[in-house]
Amino acid sequence: MSATPVSLSFEINGKPVALAISPVQRLSSVLRDELGLTGTKVGCDAGDCGACSVIVDGEVVCACLTPAASVEGARVRTVEGLANGTLSALQQSFLRHGAAQCGICTPGLLVTATALLEKNPAPSEIEVQDALGGVLCRCTGYRKIVRAVTNANGPTALDTALIPARAAVGASPIRLDGERKVTGAEIFGADERPEDALSVLVVRSPHWHAAFEIGDTNAFLGAHPGILAVFTAADIPGRNRFGVIPPFADQPALAENRVRFRGEAVALIAGERAAIEDLDLADFPIAWKELPHALSPEEAKTSFPPLHEGRDGNLLTQGYVECGDPEAALASAHATVGGAIETSYVEHAYIEPEAGYATMEGDTLVVKACTQAPYMDRDDTAAVLGLPPEKVRIVPLATGGGFGSKLDVSLQPLIGLVALKTGRPAALAYTRGDSMRSTTKRHPASMKAAIGADARGRVTGMVFEGDFNTGAYASWGPTVANRVPVHASGPYLTPNYRAVGRAIHTNGPVSGAFRGFGVPQATIMQETLYDRLAEKLGLDRLEFRILNALTDGQKTTCGQLLESGVGIRPCLEQLRPHWRRSLEEAARHNAASGKTRRGVGVASCWYGCGNTSLPNPSTMKLGITPDGRVVLHQGAVDIGQGSNTVVTQICADALGLPLCAFTLIGGDTSMTPDAGKTSASRQTYVSGKAAELAGRALREKILRFANVSEAAEIAIEGQHLLVSEGEVRRSIALSSLPLDADGYAFAAQATYDPPTEALDEKGQGKPYAVYGYGAQLVELEVDVTLGTVKLLKVTAAHDVGRAINPLLAEGQIEGGIAQGIGLALMEEYIPGRTENLHDYLIPTIGDVPEIETILIEVPDPEGPFGAKGLGEHVLIPTAPAILNAIRHATGAEITKVPATPARVLAAIQAVEKAP
Amino acid sequence: MYTNEFRARTNDKRRRDGERGRQRGMATRYAKPTDLEEALRLLDEARWTMLAGGTDFYPTLGSAPLRGNVLDINGLAVLKGISETESHIIIGARTTWTEVLRHPLPPAFDALKLAAREVGSIQIQNSGTVAGNLCNASPAADGVPPLLILEAEVEIRSVKKTRVLPLKDFILGNRKTALGPGEMVTAVRIPRQAATGASGFVKLGARRYLVISIAMAAARVTAAQGQIAEAAVSVGSCSAVAQRLAGLEDGLKGHPVQACAGIVAAYGFPELSPIDDVRGTASYRLQAAREIVARALLQAMGSSAEGGLAA
Repeated sequence: MSATPVSLSFEINGKPVALAISPVQRLSSVLRDELGLTGTKVGCDAGDCGACSVIVDGEVVCACLTPAASVEGARVRTVEGLANGTLSALQQSFLRHGAAQCGICTPGLLVTATALLEKNPAPSEIEVQDALGGVLCRCTGYRKIVRAVTNANGPTALDTALIPARAAVGASPIRLDGERKVTGAEIFGADERPEDALSVLVVRSPHWHAAFEIGDTNAFLGAHPGILAVFTAADIPGRNRFGVIPPFADQPALAENRVRFRGEAVALIAGERAAIEDLDLADFPIAWKELPHALSPEEAKTSFPPLHEGRDGNLLTQGYVECGDPEAALASAHATVGGAIETSYVEHAYIEPEAGYATMEGDTLVVKACTQAPYMDRDDTAAVLGLPPEKVRIVPLATGGGFGSKLDVSLQPLIGLVALKTGRPAALAYTRGDSMRSTTKRHPASMKAAIGADARGRVTGMVFEGDFNTGAYASWGPTVANRVPVHASGPYLTPNYRAVGRAIHTNGPVSGAFRGFGVPQATIMQETLYDRLAEKLGLDRLEFRILNALTDGQKTTCGQLLESGVGIRPCLEQLRPHWRRSLEEAARHNAASGKTRRGVGVASCWYGCGNTSLPNPSTMKLGITPDGRVVLHQGAVDIGQGSNTVVTQICADALGLPLCAFTLIGGDTSMTPDAGKTSASRQTYVSGKAAELAGRALREKILRFANVSEAAEIAIEGQHLLVSEGEVRRSIALSSLPLDADGYAFAAQATYDPPTEALDEKGQGKPYAVYGYGAQLVELEVDVTLGTVKLLKVTAAHDVGRAINPLLAEGQIEGGIAQGIGLALMEEYIPGRTENLHDYLIPTIGDVPEIETILIEVPDPEGPFGAKGLGEHVLIPTAPAILNAIRHATGAEITKVPATPARVLAAIQAVEKAP
Repeated sequence: MYTNEFRARTNDKRRRDGERGRQRGMATRYAKPTDLEEALRLLDEARWTMLAGGTDFYPTLGSAPLRGNVLDINGLAVLKGISETESHIIIGARTTWTEVLRHPLPPAFDALKLAAREVGSIQIQNSGTVAGNLCNASPAADGVPPLLILEAEVEIRSVKKTRVLPLKDFILGNRKTALGPGEMVTAVRIPRQAATGASGFVKLGARRYLVISIAMAAARVTAAQGQIAEAAVSVGSCSAVAQRLAGLEDGLKGHPVQACAGIVAAYGFPELSPIDDVRGTASYRLQAAREIVARALLQAMGSSAEGGLAA
């Protein structure tokens, strides 16, 4: 930011500093860019997220809104100043309670809560919420944060060093990457930048659909000293098409002469940092010619020319599952219900906008950025830049939330191009607006369905049809189209069934992966119809679901025989006492006349873990160093969900050595084998299984070397491996053994790929090897005069097969529920209108009620130690359970989410007007 | 985004000025005077963007480079804090929402304090100023309805003169104020005769914290022997500028407190002209306004308003 520098001095974490800086530079930038204190995060630059909270003279403020001049003479405290030699009680409490997941919001929360605790050492829950209401967290669902603050001075946590060998699975140690998340030491995408790096700006389309011509870039460069280069599609050396599913790859890294959505990248401007920061993008020479656009699938599929050649009717692809004779079943059903529901674009709204840098190391392009999928980034970036994959190295920096959107490349090919062409490192951190405009969203869905049951309440048939607005490019549209029909029945026996899911192109934002790949939308349709069907049949809504829940030995709508491990019925059964209590309480409340009505709703989920009928392998490698460390090459990117800890827990118990013996190497593609992407709830199951196999393989090598049986125990003492079996005790001096190329005395690697089978033209086959199940009960209060909804409690029963780490599993559940609340009640991304975090609303700490988690363990023989996936399942039941509770409270049927106060009130009034 | 900044010009204007400035090769000026007269002199000689709490200055700037001149008024100690004269309670232009919350004030200010708690977050309340909220002139400014029922006046100074405008004449439209060239707001003044009775404030938003209002209502009531002697009612986010509901106020006057609900129910709200936007429809806003006006009146009359979540 320009303005003549002035001398400013202030105190930072107790130490005096003096700087010559612009007086209007944001304090966040002063801390990060001038003082290297990158623990203070930038999430929005607008006071909407609180990630940059710091304490100035005892009061917490947003550093992004504080001019440097205002801290002259002040005492400034940041996350780096909270630990005084040892972690503060609050930092320890965050670790103990699992209150930090990805860690991007953690510094802001810690700083804000520290300011609270210094004024009020024993705050109530409400006081904590009031104090932390200005800091957004997208991962945790806030409940553990509230507990961590109210119990800041509680007992210390389980130390990994105290967990004996073979006892890691089922324990809840502090997450292995936890400490650096609470000290501010974690390095996220924007936290590292080489001294000589160029800054990069992306020129993006302001139009839905337009042709464009770039003008005289030489004149532009001449007029802007310090701006060094402009890159356009013509500069791309490779194939200017990327996409997560190679056969559908269709998105140019830089548009060629036509843009298909608002926010699409058309050019890059690279220059010295100060010049880029002082550049007004309005000066860039580009002429636009707007073209007609279509924003709804309805329009796009009937009356609009294809956005992509060969995709007639703008149909990207269609998924289809059929079994039995659904029409006949519905015709002969004792009772049927039908309906239609629409959902909105949902933005991932991770608190970390995409960021990173690229640099050349010899002839290898190194990209250090936040990501969920390092090997996919490598392959896509290499293809765009015309490099062989091995000449691109992806080093994942910490990822401040992903939820599906950081599976696709965003800035990687862009900064890669600049580094490749200029030979200088190239750095880029998206603004919040850039992030929201240009990255993927949850598919808006227009769905209709009908379900029928016999007189005893057995579901006999269902038809489902859904159009999913996949936006301008393919991204994960095919996955959504294919996953939805497989899951749209819910975890219920449905003998006659037809489901179609279509991914339709429009000029809207690219819809991609978002926690659940379309299944949360489809489940809203199915589970709200289940409530109406139960009512029509005169059955209790929970018992109706229990009656129809899939059990071992039954077949899915894909004809897949579920031999064992089907846990939906126990999930629903565990909710029975909560159901009875909450219905009684609601009835009591509603007996009195008043402006609020209580309601109770329930909904289920099931979710296949891993890719749908596609190969999906993970590889894990580990070795023992001569100095007695077990090094796990853990490539399952931990975006906060806990794979660093969970995968290691599995591996430790498989190997038979304690967790504290392990050191982790992250997902650097030059050092760590491919553990696939962090998506599809596959890391605990698939990468965990690979870690289990690798751990067992290493154990076997050691046992064979020591010539003992499987019953032997192994231990590490200093630089010796001790192997004991009965009277036999062997001490193996690790330093005396020959080392492999990686420097390991013993090493093993294993790959696991879930055994699935292709689906035929009727969607019959074995799409997934493992499913996870769950059910949630929501209690809420509706204000019938304002249409506002206050959630009172969510009870969540989830079958995880085996809870490898119960604390982390709870964290996933609470975080998923928070996102489900957002989907149900407030989140609606409108391109051009809600490209910030004050018009686009995600739940705050005051919007997530008490959550009671019930972990159910019905082991799956395929999963590691019986474990199943969980990450996406947890979001699926929340929204339909909320809608069912709203209907129970008021009779209001919501046909479009989010159920904003205006929509809820309109639905209530529609019921009142109905005859 | 949150509405706490002094700003005399619109964003577009700022941009145009910036471009002209650069064409002329003008450097960006920055000044942080410690003397009000000096600040006024500077204002007289050039166009400046005001910087106070920063909670609107930076969001408006976004990632664009700084172009215009910046007058940082954070050195003006004279504008800080709340003081009292015989006739007025005076909120200095640099007074933050947190300072309002912490300052002992009569019950007529309860609505303003309730609003203060709802301005953004504690972070925003610690930086953002009451006067900035008025100058930003957002239709959803949380501070405006409670200040309207307090008959607030805006003290405006330039080198040439000091003038005082009623708040309703200061905010002219969406992001439009009566501030002229060379002028700045120096204080928000509440006449003592308006600081009587008790008040209430209800904000309706789509989430609990850090939310822009769908609608909000403030009410101040002076009652004696169960009769409403005087009522002041205002609604925000339901018109380009928050409005006092004069018709309703007249209707309430002289009636027993118990008649309030019926009078609100029968009122037509002709002062409001809500629009459809991402936060709600116009028709929803009108219905909600009726309900939250009733609740704000109940609060002001000392009964706890029955109902569910409103913010």
